[in-house]
Amino acid sequence: MDPDRKRTLRFTIALSCALLLAGALVYTSFAGASEARSPSQLVGAAKVGETYELTGKVQDGSITKDGVTTTFRVRDRDGNVSVPVTYTGAVPDPFREGREVIVDVRKQGATFVGEKDSLVTKCPSKFSADEQS
Amino acid sequence: MLTLGRACLILALAVSVYGVGASLYGARKGNRAWVASGRRAVYAVAGSLLVAFAVLEAAFLRSDFSFELVAGHSSTTTPLFYRFTAMWSSQEGSLLLWATLLGLWSSLILFLTRNKLREVAPYAAAVLLGFAAFFVSLMVFLETPFARTLGALPAEGVGLNPLLRHPSMMIHPPMLYSGYTLFTIPFAFAIGALVTRRLGAEWIRSTRPFTLAAWLFLGIGVLLGSRWSYTELGWGGYWAWDPVENASLMPWLTGTAFLHSVMLQEKRGMLKVWNVSLVLATGVLAILGTFLVRSGILDSIHAFGASTLGVPFLVLIGVLVAGSVALVVSRSRDLRSEHRLDSVFSRESAFLLNNLVLVGICFVVFWGTFFPLISEAVSGSKASVGPPWFNRYITPLALILVLLSGIGPAIAWRRATLANLRRTMLGPALFAVVVLVALLVGAGVTDKPLALAMFVFAAFVTGTVFQELWRGVKARRAMSDDSVPMAVVSLIRRNRRRYGGYIVHLGIALLFTGIAASSAFQQARDVDLRPGQSARIGSYVVTYVKPTGEVVAASNGRLERIDLGAVLKVSRDGEALATMRSRRSFFPSQAPEFGPISRFFEGEATSEVALDAGVREDVWTVVSPDVRGLLPSVKEGDRVFAAAREGGKLSRAEMDVLLVQALRGLAASYASDPPAATFRLIVSPLVTWIWLGAIVVFLGGLTALWPAPSGATRRVSAAYAARVARELGRA
Repeated sequence: MDPDRKRTLRFTIALSCALLLAGALVYTSFAGASEARSPSQLVGAAKVGETYELTGKVQDGSITKDGVTTTFRVRDRDGNVSVPVTYTGAVPDPFREGREVIVDVRKQGATFVGEKDSLVTKCPSKFSADEQS
Repeated sequence: MLTLGRACLILALAVSVYGVGASLYGARKGNRAWVASGRRAVYAVAGSLLVAFAVLEAAFLRSDFSFELVAGHSSTTTPLFYRFTAMWSSQEGSLLLWATLLGLWSSLILFLTRNKLREVAPYAAAVLLGFAAFFVSLMVFLETPFARTLGALPAEGVGLNPLLRHPSMMIHPPMLYSGYTLFTIPFAFAIGALVTRRLGAEWIRSTRPFTLAAWLFLGIGVLLGSRWSYTELGWGGYWAWDPVENASLMPWLTGTAFLHSVMLQEKRGMLKVWNVSLVLATGVLAILGTFLVRSGILDSIHAFGASTLGVPFLVLIGVLVAGSVALVVSRSRDLRSEHRLDSVFSRESAFLLNNLVLVGICFVVFWGTFFPLISEAVSGSKASVGPPWFNRYITPLALILVLLSGIGPAIAWRRATLANLRRTMLGPALFAVVVLVALLVGAGVTDKPLALAMFVFAAFVTGTVFQELWRGVKARRAMSDDSVPMAVVSLIRRNRRRYGGYIVHLGIALLFTGIAASSAFQQARDVDLRPGQSARIGSYVVTYVKPTGEVVAASNGRLERIDLGAVLKVSRDGEALATMRSRRSFFPSQAPEFGPISRFFEGEATSEVALDAGVREDVWTVVSPDVRGLLPSVKEGDRVFAAAREGGKLSRAEMDVLLVQALRGLAASYASDPPAATFRLIVSPLVTWIWLGAIVVFLGGLTALWPAPSGATRRVSAAYAARVARELGRA
C-alpha cells in the first residue's frame, strides 16, 4: 500500500478509536454520576431508590449509634432544613456534630441510607478560610 | 521578626518583577549584562524567600504566638518535629514553601546553564521569575504568612491537626511541591525554546535531570500521601480518586509520558510538537494541582472551604494555556519531525502507544475530577463520578501500560523483525505463561480476570527486565573478567539512564501487582466487639483482648491527649500470630465554649491503625471506642471545675493537678468497664508490594538521575561516535 495512504488509514483508525472512547467516557460519566444535593433540595423531591450525593453539616445532637450503624441528620450548610441518614460501618475520624460531610445516599421510606464506605468528612489537610476562622 | 519576614517578601516581589524585565530586555537586545542581572535576580529572590522561610520556621520552633499562623497551626504541646513541619499545614506557609522551592530550583538550573543556552535561558528566567512574582504577590497581598495575632497573645496555640501528625504527611508536601516546582523548569525552558525557535534537543538535555527529579519527587509525594491514607485515616484504603489526589497524579502522568517520548526526539528528532506540548501541559497541570487544593472550586470528596486564591490562579492558568497554545501553533513549522515512523513493530511505536495510554489516563482523571463543574455547566446541577467510574477506565488502560512497559525495553528501534521479536519476547512470554498456569492451577485465581491479567503482564515485565540485564551482563563479561555481581554493578554504572529505567519498570510491575491484588482480593468488615469476643476475617480470627485508656503529656508536661484503645490478638488455625494495638487519640479543642474536660472530647480525634504487615498480606484494624458512656462524667467534671473556678478556692496549679486526676479517672473508668467498641477489620493481600515497588521505582529513578562517571560518559560518547561513523559510512 502507498505509504501516505497507509499513514492516513492508521490516523483515521486511531482517531476513530479515540473518539469512540471519549464518547463512552462522556456518556458513562453523565449516566452514572450521582447528583450533589443539599438537604433542602432532597426534602420532598427525592425519589425512593434513587442515589444522591448528599452534602451538608451534621446537625448538633443528632448522632445516635446502634452497633455498627450510626444515625444522624444532615442539615444545609447555611440553614436548618435537615434529612435523616443511617450509615452502617466505621465513620471517619473527623466525623462529629457540626462537621461538613459528603455521603452517597439512597432513599428508603422516610430515611436516607448511606452507601458503604461513602461517608467522607472534611479533610483537615486542605486549606480553607472557614478552618482558620 | 514579623516585619523582617514581610520585608523579605516585598523584596522578593520587587526583585522578581525587576528580574522579569531585565531578562526580557537583555534577551531582546542581546545585552549579556542585563541577562546576567536577570539571572542574579533569581538568586536574590531565592535568598529573600529563604530568609522569610527561616523567620517563619524559627517562629514555629519557638512557639511564637505573636505570629497568627503559629498560633493557628502549632502549640507548645506539638512535638518538635511536627512544629518544624507545621508550617506547611497552613495555606500561607505552604505558599511560602512552594515559592522558596521554586526559587531554589530556579537558581540551580540557571546557575548550571549560565554558560549554555544563551538565547533560551533569559526567557526561561523571565518565566520562572514570573511564577515567583505570582506566588509572592499572593503572600504579599492576599494570604500573608506574617500576620500578627490580634489582641492578647494566647497562652497556647491551636496545635497541628492530629491527623497530620504522621511522618509521611510531613514529608509529603515538600516532595509534592518539589515535583510541582521542578516541573516548571522544563516548562520555562520550553517557552524559551519556542520563543527563540531553538527547538533542538539541547534544552531538553539541559533540563532532563530536573524533569526526572520532578517526576521522582512528585511520585514519592503521591506515594507518601497514599501511605498516610492507609496507615492514618482509618478507612483502610490508599487511593480514593479524590480531586486532590488526582491533582498530583495528572502532571506525574504527563511527565512520565514526556520522559519516554523525549527519547524519540533525542534519538531521531521525532515528536517535537508532542514533546513540547507535553512539557507545557505538565507545567500547567502542576499549577492546576496547586490551584485545586486552594481554590475551593471543587466541592467533592474532601470538602473545601472558601478561599481568596481561586480567581488569581484561574487567571494564571488561563494565561499559561493561551500562551502555550499560541506559541506551539505559531512555531508548528519549526517543530516538524525529522523522521517518520518506520514500522508499527518498533520501539518508537511502543513509546507512542505508551504516551497515548498515559495521556488517556490523564484525560480520564481530568474528566472525572472536573466532572462536577462540567455537569453543572451542561445540565445546571452538580454531579460527581465515584471510584467505580474511574476504575472502569483506568484498569484496562493500566493493563496496557504495564504490558507496554515490558515490550518497550525489549523491542528494536525503527523496525523489529520476527526474529528479533522471538529473540527478545519469547523468554519473558514463557515466564508469564508459567506464572499464569501457576496462578490458575496452584492458587485458583480464576474469578478475577483483570487482576489475573495484571499479574501475568507484571511477570512479563519482570522477565523482560531480567533478560535485558542478563544479556548486558553476558556482554560485559565477554569483554572483562568481572564476576556476575561486579558485571551488574559495572553495567548499571555505565548505562545509568537505561538500566535506571529498567529498574523503574520492575518497580512499576511490583507496584501494580500490589494494587491489583489488594483491590481484587481485599476482605473487610465492621464489627462491634466486647472484650473477649472474636471475629473472623478471611482465614484470621481477631480477638478483642482488653481495652486501654491513657492520658498522655507532651514533653513540656502539658496534657496533650487522651488515648482510648484496644489490644487485639490475631490468630490463624488456632496459632497466635500477632498482638496488635489500635487507639483513638482525643486532642483538646482550644475553643473557649468547652469546659476543661469536655474540650478533650470536642477537639480533633485521630485513629492509630494497628497493622500487621507481611509480604503475603496485611492484617489491618482500627478501633472506634464508644465514649457516650463517659459523657455524663465529662459534664459533671466540667460543672465541678466551673464551680471551683468561680469560687476561686483553687490556684491554677491545683486546678491543673486535679484536671490530670480527673482525666486519668475517665481513662481508667473506660479501661475497667468498656462498652462494645467498633472495629474495622481488613485483610489485604500484597499491599507491601506497593511500598516495595515504590522503593524500587525510587532507586531506579535515582540511578537514572545520578550523573554518569566521566569515564563512562567518554566511553558512551566514543561508542556513539563509532555508530555515527558506521552509519555515515553506509550512507
